[in-house]
Amino acid sequence: MFDRAGRCPACGSPRVVSHPELFDLSIAHMDCDAFYASVEKRDNPELRDKPVIIGGGRRGVVSTACYIARIRGVRSAMPMFKALKLCPDAVVVRGSMDKYVQVSRQVRALMDELTPAVEPLSLDEAFIDLTGTAKLHGAPPALMLARLTKRMRDEIGITGSIGLSHNKFLAKVASDLDKPRGFSVIGKGETDVFLRDKPVTLIWGVGQSGQKSLEKAGIRTFADLLRWEREDLQARFGSMGDRLWHLARGQDRRRVSSRRPVKSISNETTFHDDTADPDILDGHIWRMAEKVSARAKAKDLAGRVVTLKLKRANFALLTKRVSLRESTQIADRIYRVARDLFDQVGDQGPYRLLGVGLSDLVAADVADISGDLLDPDAEKRAQAERATDAIRERFGKDAIVKGRALR
Amino acid sequence: MKVSIERAALLKAVSQAQSVVERRNTIPILANVLIEAADDTVTFRATDLDIEVVDKAPAKVERAGATTVPAVTLHEIVRKLPDGALVSLTEEGSSGRLTVEAGRSNFSLATLPKEDFPVMASSEYTANFSAPAPVLRRLFDKSKFAISTEETRYYLNGVYMHVSDADGGKVLRCVATDGHRLARIDAELPEGATEMPGVIVPRKTVGELRKLLDDDDAQIAVSVSETKVRFATPAITLTSKVIDGTFPDYTRVIPQGNNRKMEVDAADFARAVDRVATVSSERSRAVKLSLDEDRLILSVNAPDSGAAEEELAVAYGDERLEIGFNAKYLLEIASQVDRENAVFLFNSAADPTLMREGNDQSAVYVVMPMRV
Repeated sequence: MFDRAGRCPACGSPRVVSHPELFDLSIAHMDCDAFYASVEKRDNPELRDKPVIIGGGRRGVVSTACYIARIRGVRSAMPMFKALKLCPDAVVVRGSMDKYVQVSRQVRALMDELTPAVEPLSLDEAFIDLTGTAKLHGAPPALMLARLTKRMRDEIGITGSIGLSHNKFLAKVASDLDKPRGFSVIGKGETDVFLRDKPVTLIWGVGQSGQKSLEKAGIRTFADLLRWEREDLQARFGSMGDRLWHLARGQDRRRVSSRRPVKSISNETTFHDDTADPDILDGHIWRMAEKVSARAKAKDLAGRVVTLKLKRANFALLTKRVSLRESTQIADRIYRVARDLFDQVGDQGPYRLLGVGLSDLVAADVADISGDLLDPDAEKRAQAERATDAIRERFGKDAIVKGRALR
Repeated sequence: MKVSIERAALLKAVSQAQSVVERRNTIPILANVLIEAADDTVTFRATDLDIEVVDKAPAKVERAGATTVPAVTLHEIVRKLPDGALVSLTEEGSSGRLTVEAGRSNFSLATLPKEDFPVMASSEYTANFSAPAPVLRRLFDKSKFAISTEETRYYLNGVYMHVSDADGGKVLRCVATDGHRLARIDAELPEGATEMPGVIVPRKTVGELRKLLDDDDAQIAVSVSETKVRFATPAITLTSKVIDGTFPDYTRVIPQGNNRKMEVDAADFARAVDRVATVSSERSRAVKLSLDEDRLILSVNAPDSGAAEEELAVAYGDERLEIGFNAKYLLEIASQVDRENAVFLFNSAADPTLMREGNDQSAVYVVMPMRV
């Protein structure tokens, strides 16, 4: 039903996908369209025809812009003041992470019905491997994916774009080709031609600095990359070099795995106004530590390395980290360590951003099991925190708040 | 400068000096050792700006003088020279080279001007006393394992040496802790030490000091001020800054009311802990002690790697108790015991445990349990 060009005989839509390998490909990338904005529009129909930007405050950045705002040039990660200059009539919504997490879970549930091999990359995108499921579903992967986006639209009320190809790298590239509500295919036969003139920034993970170092080597496009011998790429870029060599040929052997371990948990905040006030900063450290701790607890994880990140008013970035003797997931411990790190930085403010992170993660059952001789109250505080968690679980997260968090 | 010196004497002096030199330093002169020759003595001086070691060796000085050369290179050369060789060190005026000759071997080393070498400012010491090497050796050897490596609690990165009150009067006391275990070692207070300010001797200094303490008959001259500490033998002087911080009040950490007493052969105990810990998880190293009348069961249950159990005869007459520890900490404190049985005093599974050797109150260890 999709292999005939022209209009769809069933619904009359001109968006018909046709591709010789359509029914042979089984690795997909699903990317929700302007996820946060779509959820907000779904819940508030008044916003439907207005440009909507999700993001925090005057000093924050755009986390998502709807497609109307994108037409005006608003992009993700753009500073809010710039976005509002481009699109002064935009409705800025602070967004509610809890809601997005909930919608994301619903989408995840639909994907899980298709295959166990679902690898979420974030709340709004995931790899789906449908290899070998055609018999089970009685339909090829392409059809199941089309049904998935239809169900997302009908049952959840948001839209997504699908990229279908023969590996993760190309599937992710494909999902971006025809947004929103897209369905793009990159087949084996066309991979080389498709990639040849594309910039290497297409590679997920090649950011500005990666681009610079590639450019120094004279590599801008995939064609440039193809001219390099494998050994030379390895010598110049290390382990990344080998990956580049394969990607240049459209090869990517990474599996779609639902059990990709979380490597770190971090939270950061950009302030409304730059501040050097230690009390205000202390409040931020506590709130960030509490958020990191909440996420670690939700995932049953604990970490041994605590990182403090500070951005000065002149955008200079300072990060300090320390390795603990024992993993922790307790907000009080994370806070105290981050606070120690902050005290070591000395007075170099004002700052515009502060973040706290937890890494070197392990399962929570080996965390926080030995006390501190020099801080006998630590255990009591940890118990108080667990009691607080239990209260919040029952009565909501604002049921009990530390005074420190109100600073 | 022109000096002849016996290889063994040179090696001893240079090796002490080069170990102070920081391997990864960015200031070239700090990689060098300052060599000064005068009056039939050669002095080797090295520093990392926190610690300075000055080592004197007898030599035949034909022409007095001074220069600096890379400490590690000089040490390597001398180490590889044949035993019994006579080594000559020669610097010709402004050549910028030091010639090292022994037998048929000839080396030429680049020098840096002696004027650039930072000599540690001398200090007014508030207390000067003398202590036998074995006494200092015991104080530091038995406490250093508990020194913390956590940078955020820098004031724990050393051994707190101070004068304290004990049952039998004033003592010279060394304490180290990292928050998980603590060692408190006492020695008779040497004459002249009463007025000594308490100082935190940094970890690296403790390591360097150890090399001065091997000779049982040596008397070590100790000088202490608020900011510096000095240990000296006739040949070697080790001067170090002390850690600028306040050592926490450790006295409240040492449990007083622990009365569930277990007595065990320390060596048997250590071996059993070591055996069962083989299967403990890499991360926690947890070992469970289950105590019943005159019986101790050591066990490990690590879901990922396996389980182990071993029974040990002990003297214990209190209620049943189950308590968990980090195996590494148990091994470390058990290995401090060398003469009598190890005596453990427990309270509950959540409270710190105390360990000492027999009835000896001059060395006590505290270790924090872990949930198992």
